[in-house]
Amino acid sequence: MTQSIPITVMVNEKEYRREVEPRMLLSDFLRHELGLTGTHVGCEHGVCGACTILFEGESVRSCLMFAVQANGYNITTVEGLAPPSSSPHLLEDGGREGGLHPLQQSFWEAHGLQCGYCTPGILMTLIPFLKQNPDPTEDEIRHALSGNLCRCTGYQHIVDAVKLAAEKMKQS
Amino acid sequence: MKPAPFEYFAPDSLKEALDLMSQYAGEAKILAGGQSLVPAMNFRVVQPTQLIDLNRISTLSYIQEDNHSIRVGAMTRERQLEFDSSIARRVPLLYEAVPYIAHPQIRNRGTIGGSLVNADPAAELPVLMFALEARLKAQSKSGERWVNARDFFVGMFTTALEPDEILVEVELPVDSSRTGWSFMEVAPRAGDYALMGVAALVTLDANGKCERAKLVYLNAGEGPVETPEAEKLLMGQILSDELVEAAASSASEKEMNPFGNIHTSPEFQKHLAHVLTRKALKQANQRAEGLLQ
Repeated sequence: MTQSIPITVMVNEKEYRREVEPRMLLSDFLRHELGLTGTHVGCEHGVCGACTILFEGESVRSCLMFAVQANGYNITTVEGLAPPSSSPHLLEDGGREGGLHPLQQSFWEAHGLQCGYCTPGILMTLIPFLKQNPDPTEDEIRHALSGNLCRCTGYQHIVDAVKLAAEKMKQS
Repeated sequence: MKPAPFEYFAPDSLKEALDLMSQYAGEAKILAGGQSLVPAMNFRVVQPTQLIDLNRISTLSYIQEDNHSIRVGAMTRERQLEFDSSIARRVPLLYEAVPYIAHPQIRNRGTIGGSLVNADPAAELPVLMFALEARLKAQSKSGERWVNARDFFVGMFTTALEPDEILVEVELPVDSSRTGWSFMEVAPRAGDYALMGVAALVTLDANGKCERAKLVYLNAGEGPVETPEAEKLLMGQILSDELVEAAASSASEKEMNPFGNIHTSPEFQKHLAHVLTRKALKQANQRAEGLLQ
């Protein structure tokens, strides 16, 4: 007998109701049930950090939770950083600002991503980090990133992007 | 990489959870923070038929302080330990060590009870509970009992819990004001499993001589590894460089048998144990001296 459990989850301030099998991972729920494919799935055992989301405002691995556990809770995914309505179509020269979250804008400007696979998880790790630590040192930034693997950048431009974001977010 | 099917329960009360454990003893698994269990389920290394999720039982999450101890509910998140002021003031060894546990994303979910029951020899919390002489409260439908941390870890990923028991509380004794502490580990990258680690406590008498020393190691054997011979060398002595060196040699060369893994040989682990023991004993001693003044 397969159990099917009704759940109600707030994702990016929108309410979703679904019925799920208990073994469905929260990461798969976000991607396959809700179509929010911004949350990436890498290792599925908590090592790579690609699936990091905010659960009640705190960064967690969505591959290490079951969707049923999110019943009644608030989730933010990378799609929640900049609402789609406010995202302008990005021009090739990178000329238009304003549609991205300052953290995303900083990653763009500082070349903080290449293939982009790890980026959503890194952004969702950094949102609470920069809230708790608005003026981080490079050491603190590297420590904060230690739970997120990036195989392209060598991390240097990610660190630069975080420094830039901290400046931008202080001003705003 | 998807878990096998299971039946899911999310009880609101401990009583309900204990009833379920009694009903499904031996088959059910408890879901605490899930930071070790869910990966194991994703790999299908673990395939419980029933999963009993404790996350809805709010009464299992607390940090309570009294004169002699701090009581921590089993579902208290590692992140809560990390920022708790009573732990910072009164259990500085734990306060110093918690940030070494994996990454913030893991500590946001991972619980003290979950880590202890998982009993991974490379984990920090079992070693810390052992060093701090914590007591663990196990409860079942038929009653409750207290188990000393040193009797709780019986082997690799194995504890003294009965199949129908749930770990519900940890009692941390609050140590004397003359005890210095140190926690150190070496990991390839911040947050990774440590290759070797040590928790050290040094209590000094009024003359600055060692009254009590505690050394407990992670990833050095099948569970938390203690080194009583090294501790004995230090008793009643002033911790000179030579003495510290002798204790480090005894602990690392005679009193542990690390297994090695893909990242390290057993010899390198012993080398790390030697160096870490020397550093940790010196730091703990220095802190104890600071407290004497």
